Amino acid sequence: MSRAPQMRTPMRRVRGLGAAHSGTGHFWHQRVTSAAGVVLTIALVVIAISLLGRNHAAAVQILGSSPVAVIMLLFIINSAYHMWIGMQEIILDYVHEDKLKLLALMANTFFVVAVAAAACFAILKLSFGV
Amino acid sequence: MAELEASTNQGARRARPLSPHLQIYRPMLTMMMSIVHRITGAALYFGMLLLAWWVIAAAAGPNAYANFERFIGSLIGQLLLFGYTWALMHHMLGGIRHLIWDTLHGLEPAERETLTLTTIVGSIALTLAIWVIGYLAMGGPR
Ligand code: HEM
Repeated sequence: MSRAPQMRTPMRRVRGLGAAHSGTGHFWHQRVTSAAGVVLTIALVVIAISLLGRNHAAAVQILGSSPVAVIMLLFIINSAYHMWIGMQEIILDYVHEDKLKLLALMANTFFVVAVAAAACFAILKLSFGV
Repeated sequence: MAELEASTNQGARRARPLSPHLQIYRPMLTMMMSIVHRITGAALYFGMLLLAWWVIAAAAGPNAYANFERFIGSLIGQLLLFGYTWALMHHMLGGIRHLIWDTLHGLEPAERETLTLTTIVGSIALTLAIWVIGYLAMGGPR
């Protein structure tokens, strides 16, 4: 029997935790990483401007100094998680074919983890010296 | 005629959209900004590559850093960086707007238009301010 369209979301679908099967946790994490992102973005802009016009040695010294390195690591990790959730949301909105969706979600994870790991490693290398 | 069929038994059984779709609405500033927030988010996603290149080049040594500086100093590099700056500022202000809306404030018609306009004007003003300060800083020690 065919069902009439429903305006209410069936509870069993909510229990199924949505298209990514991960519930409302990401919604909240998106907010937390956004709030942290405001502070970290302002800090990043200040750091970037302070490096303008300096040579490599000076850039290494600034980027590797403890407070700057910690802020850079926080910016990278916070942004990585935030953009991972955000891109997942975009994928779930536009990609509906199961296999393609799975591939896109995997690609999202690989991209974010690879970029964030490489960037974090660079900061740590700068900080601990070669 | 979809409207007529919808009132018949047969039509009611068909799967229909649960709400009117986009084309039904008059385009509004808040609507356009919603999609711009998504576009800037996606742009920043790939812009992360630029940031990664920057710190990796710094860690790799003077030659790699010089390569990065040459690229970012080129016309394409400057355009990318300017776009990244604006996307970051716009997305950040848009994000703050979302966080305000999450608290159920600023949702009245006039308020949400004001907030949205503030996002546009503010992001342009911040971007220009950052670049002016940046160019002044370039005059510093090399
Ligand atoms: C490099 C930094 C950033 C990247 C790569 C990034 C990336 C993204 C992406 C890909 C999305 C998904 C867009 C969508 O679903 O339409 C998103 C959403 C969002 N971003 Fe960012 N973002 C960054 C910084 C920020 C900052 C600084 C804020 C500060 C408030 C912020 C606030 C938000 C919010 C609130 C959303 C969710 C919007 C919604 O629910 O529709 N983001 N971001």
